Amino acid sequence: MAEAATHGEVHRHPAPTSFIRKYIFSIDHKVIGIQYILLALTAVIIGMLMSVLMRMNLSWPGTNWPILGTLFPTGAPGGVMSGEFYLSLVTMHGTMMVFFVLTTAPQGGFGNYFLPIQIGADDMAFPVLNMLSFWVTFVGFIVLVLAIFAEGNATVGGWFTSLGASWSGGSGTVGPIGGWTGYPPLSALGKVAGPGQGAGVNLWIISIAIFCVGSLLGALNFITTLLNMRTRGMSLMRMPLTCWSWFTTAILALLSFPVLLGGGILLLLDRIAGTSFFIPGGLYVSGAAVPLHTGGSPLLWQHLFWFFGHPEVYIAILPGMGATSHILSTFARKPIFGYRAMVFAIFAIGMLGFFVWGHHMFMSGMSPYSAVAFSILTLSIGVPSAIKTFNWLGTLWGAKIRFTTPMLFAIGFVSLFVAGGITGLVLGQTSLDFFFHDTYFVTAHFHLVMGVASIFGMFAATYFWFPKMFGRMMHEGLGKFHFWITFIGVYAIFIPFHAMGMLGMPRRYSNFGEYEFLKNSHGLVLFVTVAAIITVTVQLVFYFNFIWSIFKGKVANDNPWEATTLEWTIPSPPPHDNFAGVMPTVYHGPYEFSVPGAPNDYIMQTEPEGAVVSAGLGETSGNGGNGHKH
Amino acid sequence: MAATATSTNQAIDAAIGGGGSRGRNGNGFRKNGGGHGDGGGFQYSPARYRVAIWVAIASIVMLFTALTSAYIVRMASADDWTPLRMPKVLWLSTAVILISSVTIEISKRSLKQQRNSRYGLWLTLTAVLGVVFVGSQYAAWRNLAGQGVYMATNPHSSFFYLFTAVHGLHVLGGLLALAYLLVRTRKKRDSVAGELRRVGAAEAASVYWHFLDGLWICLFLLLFFWK
Repeated sequence: MAEAATHGEVHRHPAPTSFIRKYIFSIDHKVIGIQYILLALTAVIIGMLMSVLMRMNLSWPGTNWPILGTLFPTGAPGGVMSGEFYLSLVTMHGTMMVFFVLTTAPQGGFGNYFLPIQIGADDMAFPVLNMLSFWVTFVGFIVLVLAIFAEGNATVGGWFTSLGASWSGGSGTVGPIGGWTGYPPLSALGKVAGPGQGAGVNLWIISIAIFCVGSLLGALNFITTLLNMRTRGMSLMRMPLTCWSWFTTAILALLSFPVLLGGGILLLLDRIAGTSFFIPGGLYVSGAAVPLHTGGSPLLWQHLFWFFGHPEVYIAILPGMGATSHILSTFARKPIFGYRAMVFAIFAIGMLGFFVWGHHMFMSGMSPYSAVAFSILTLSIGVPSAIKTFNWLGTLWGAKIRFTTPMLFAIGFVSLFVAGGITGLVLGQTSLDFFFHDTYFVTAHFHLVMGVASIFGMFAATYFWFPKMFGRMMHEGLGKFHFWITFIGVYAIFIPFHAMGMLGMPRRYSNFGEYEFLKNSHGLVLFVTVAAIITVTVQLVFYFNFIWSIFKGKVANDNPWEATTLEWTIPSPPPHDNFAGVMPTVYHGPYEFSVPGAPNDYIMQTEPEGAVVSAGLGETSGNGGNGHKH
Repeated sequence: MAATATSTNQAIDAAIGGGGSRGRNGNGFRKNGGGHGDGGGFQYSPARYRVAIWVAIASIVMLFTALTSAYIVRMASADDWTPLRMPKVLWLSTAVILISSVTIEISKRSLKQQRNSRYGLWLTLTAVLGVVFVGSQYAAWRNLAGQGVYMATNPHSSFFYLFTAVHGLHVLGGLLALAYLLVRTRKKRDSVAGELRRVGAAEAASVYWHFLDGLWICLFLLLFFWK
């Protein structure tokens, strides 16, 4: 009733004119999306540089890198990385990548930009909240960068020392050394636990807590927008699969980030308020007794952390799955195979993700009965994953594929998802995990499936939507070069990781030289390092292509890929309120390609039904079963 | 070609007032999910506040579920659990927040009956009760501190301070929302949409306030009556 009362009232938001309202504190979801993407593009540079430093240390331990000696005189005295320095690189690489790259770009970036347009809305449901969620996330990023310097630089560390015992800084690492999982008790004890456990950890926890708040505001906005702002005719089962993946991701974020936030509060209180949530009594660290703490449970943190941590890996990869489905269908010029199965599979993966956190803790001494339950639930995720994979292959089957750069990256995503996912079935079994736990096999698994596959999804999305975002095409030749070197490069890096894991090479060790059984694997380590350096260097081509194309790329028309969804019905780049105040009407499913009898090989979602009905194909749709009768 | 068809279609729809497309939905799957169904332009729908507040509540519930499970695990993890003596003032807190749930309900109904001054009155009363609740929680903290019981004294006191502080922060957020609504009662209303927005916000605030009430009852029972 209430809705009818607003009948006829048309809201057109005027575009802001001042620079600050337009580009900095903008409430336009498109600007905010680009801000998220730029944040991720910045954070990923830090993360990549850290991985290169790690590889250099593993391949040539004890080497003097003069530049490091200048930048971090205490952490790398004389330019030689210490073991703690290496561990802090591991930690910050993981934190930067997981939070500020894999969580921001896919959801905050592309989701923000394209979800409202694809469902035919003029903006997010709460534009001011949207702006806040970006800026809160940005503050989290700044605090994390501060953590690098609080430990790595004596002057910056000195700023925090007066705050209390747990705030000592300048210990000569580049952040905390506990890994991105920050397991207590060591992460909860402060300075006594060694270098890198002072102010850096506090700032690290605070950064993540701030990030949680930003993500929650974002998730709230995504869910409300999708439920409330779909345009006429945009039923749930007519949404592009990208929207389904962003929606599922938002639900995962909404329900998992609060748990990490709760755990983070408890950990911070253990450090600064003297509580004992995670610190057991009678602890001896580095030969000294830890007084004043009793009875805490370090395993409690692991439960809280992984209850968040497992959904988090789906938060990273689901948007990539959505983008891949979308792009595969577009360039195969075929409806996505089994639309409805894809929707249910994406939802099933998301929901199952909440019940498998125990598989990160098989070695924690948990009851074998719980371990078996977690194991079975974990392996069952293989079912929806296989549904998705076979549907992707079914989409490609017999298609006249247009091998554009976004298509190459989408196919690369499928390849990496299979290659990385299959080892999940190995690690999900308790008996095999006994051997592989904490080896490079695990590192190989999650880098391929949640790291590189997600990034490939984002590369595909960038090449695909760039013309819509900036009105110009990215350079195809450079894009293909970028794809092939990166694709071969990541396999050259991570396939040897499996072999290292089988040799028993442990994660997080800064130097393998001391171990007799690893003596023969130095060639492998060196090979990976060379591959990593080449792969990282090639990313410069992507950055160049990105910036160059904004200014000099070939001008794009409204629909350069001949795609069907709503974002391709409006100008490139879209106007401030997307549809110029006119609400679009949707008559078709999202993937109506190569419909027999239709004049073109694609039918826009907004094309009036009459045109198709006259051809006797009114029921044709890209959705599910009936899309494939033909 | 597609672009021309689209704009023509939109023009026609705008002219006849749309609406007709309601029945046509993708593959006959559950009703027409999308859109507001009328007119050619974007409209404001007050339902978004209702959706958003329930979504927000889901995430707050997860936060407290995490902390509650930590409470239960920690209770059993060692034999250093010393139950607090409950500060009597917590009964006052509990009574006050229960009453405030009633007052906000009255104020919301007054707004729906368009009795604006009555709405403002009961809303003010709710806000006052909210402030009294926060004060009463603070008195409980002072009481415990007077007994020499602080955050780090024992696990039960840690959780008590933690739960009351996190809940208190959410109450302060609720008070901000009430203050915003009170300011809005003074503002002149110019459009139907603006008025709907105000009613939507008031409804969302009342849902949130009831939630805070229920949450406190759960925490109160957990902290002092859970064996």
